[in-house]
Amino acid sequence: MTEEIIIAGFGGQGVLSMGKILAYSGVMQNKEVSWMPSYGPEMRGGTANVTVIISDERISSPILNSYDTAIILNQQSMDKFEKTVKPGGLLIYDPNGLTRFPERKDINIYSIEAADEAGKRGLSKIFNMIVLGGFLKLKPLVAPEYIHKGLEKSLPARHHTLIPENEKAIEIGKDLLTAVHVLN
Amino acid sequence: MGELRLMKGNEAVAEAAIRAGCDGYFGYPITPQSEVMEYLMAEKPFERTGMVVLQAESEVAAVNMIYGGAGTGKMVMTSSSSPGISLMQEGISYMAGAELPALIVNIVRGGPGLGTIQPSQADYFQAVKGGGHGDYKMLVLAPASVQEMCDHVKLGFDKAFEYRTPVMILSDGAIGQMMEKVVLFDHIPRRSDDEVVKQCPWASNGRPKTRTHNIITSLDLDPAGQERVNLKLQAKYKVMEQNEVLYEEIQCEDADYLFVAFGLSARICQKATDLARAKGIKVGLFRPITLFPFPAMQVSNVGNRVKGILVVEMNAGQMIEDVKLSVGCKVKIEHFGRFGGIIPSPDEVVRALEQNIIGG
Repeated sequence: MTEEIIIAGFGGQGVLSMGKILAYSGVMQNKEVSWMPSYGPEMRGGTANVTVIISDERISSPILNSYDTAIILNQQSMDKFEKTVKPGGLLIYDPNGLTRFPERKDINIYSIEAADEAGKRGLSKIFNMIVLGGFLKLKPLVAPEYIHKGLEKSLPARHHTLIPENEKAIEIGKDLLTAVHVLN
Repeated sequence: MGELRLMKGNEAVAEAAIRAGCDGYFGYPITPQSEVMEYLMAEKPFERTGMVVLQAESEVAAVNMIYGGAGTGKMVMTSSSSPGISLMQEGISYMAGAELPALIVNIVRGGPGLGTIQPSQADYFQAVKGGGHGDYKMLVLAPASVQEMCDHVKLGFDKAFEYRTPVMILSDGAIGQMMEKVVLFDHIPRRSDDEVVKQCPWASNGRPKTRTHNIITSLDLDPAGQERVNLKLQAKYKVMEQNEVLYEEIQCEDADYLFVAFGLSARICQKATDLARAKGIKVGLFRPITLFPFPAMQVSNVGNRVKGILVVEMNAGQMIEDVKLSVGCKVKIEHFGRFGGIIPSPDEVVRALEQNIIGG
């Protein structure tokens, strides 16, 4: 099993930390992982993205041009990455702020209104965990106990009191998906 | 098994330095390697092991600080990225001339000049052919994963002391910035002063009555003396060529074609190998791990069994010169590269193989 994922959105949305928690959870479950961020000036207030690969085998290239899953959180990222999803792959997006929605017919597409839900519940800081929950519902690559360990490893000890809230956000995300286009 | 962590390449270098028993790190911040010193400052090894971590006023100061530290037999290192490493060349040449052990980490970014902060492999010539003046070589290690970033710090220090030579880890911005799983080796305590004296009888760290002065210098105004220094260095490099070559062969046994690539390019070629084989093209990958000493005989053995070789580098064609010198003229050898911070995609590499080697 190898899952190649791109997570893309605005800097500050928690794109990189979502990827890190997913990757660390993979490590805890004894998977091979790589986490390759975009870095540089485009991160400061602009778009941010991270490639996460989780595999049972040694990972070759950490940098890819097509993905099994794209998790897309803003318009620029939709324009850039919709076309990079492999045929039969998965695209998850938050419609908040989007003006053009995905159009492909050869991939599975789900929307998740995570920003809206996070705002209503006062969880806007862990909006990214809601999105992660949606992804894990569709692709349960890592078991919940390892997500817990991944959170413990990713968050500094002073923030460990926030782990239950993060796990709650993941559970919320699992029930928030809307199927937009599903292949037979 | 050692401690398991998810770390950036830069962080792995820093943690490995602490665990290897390093005595001092001297550096100056530059993207994309700033996490090395940031990690050290946050970890405070000066409280954990007594290791010194110091932000110098410039790269020139940093390299001269490691010259000084190494002259006393201490285990010292610096790290920087391309423009900063250029500033250090004088000091590196002096260390090679004075036969001082030190570790220098170059997290390469695109050049020339200030260039870009994105990853590149355009410092191959500088690292391997002697970026400073004079006839000298460094042992040059090219890690291709975060695990190797960690392991090569330990290996680099070991070889630096074994051969009394500066050792360079030549990595790039992508491997520095990416996170992967790392198994950390166990802590090795820093050497005591007595152990340093015993290991480094040449070091200038306080003269007991039982011996004459140890002098650390790269200067000998007598040409015959300076030629002796050069002959000694060349003899040392010969031994390194015989004993220290490291490389990896991936799917080479049945290969009709061959990729040769180091560091990040080798990772991309590994994916390209899988993609090409899925299309029925039997291609293998030869990855030099030491760039000096270059695995000349080994790449020649594999290279002369195939129909064509594509050398893939994030530069305009540097290592290809060593591949051509090693393999000779009987096999077609072409270069494929992207530069200035662009990373080639695995698809692009397969297309280049099809067009330049198989079809060309």
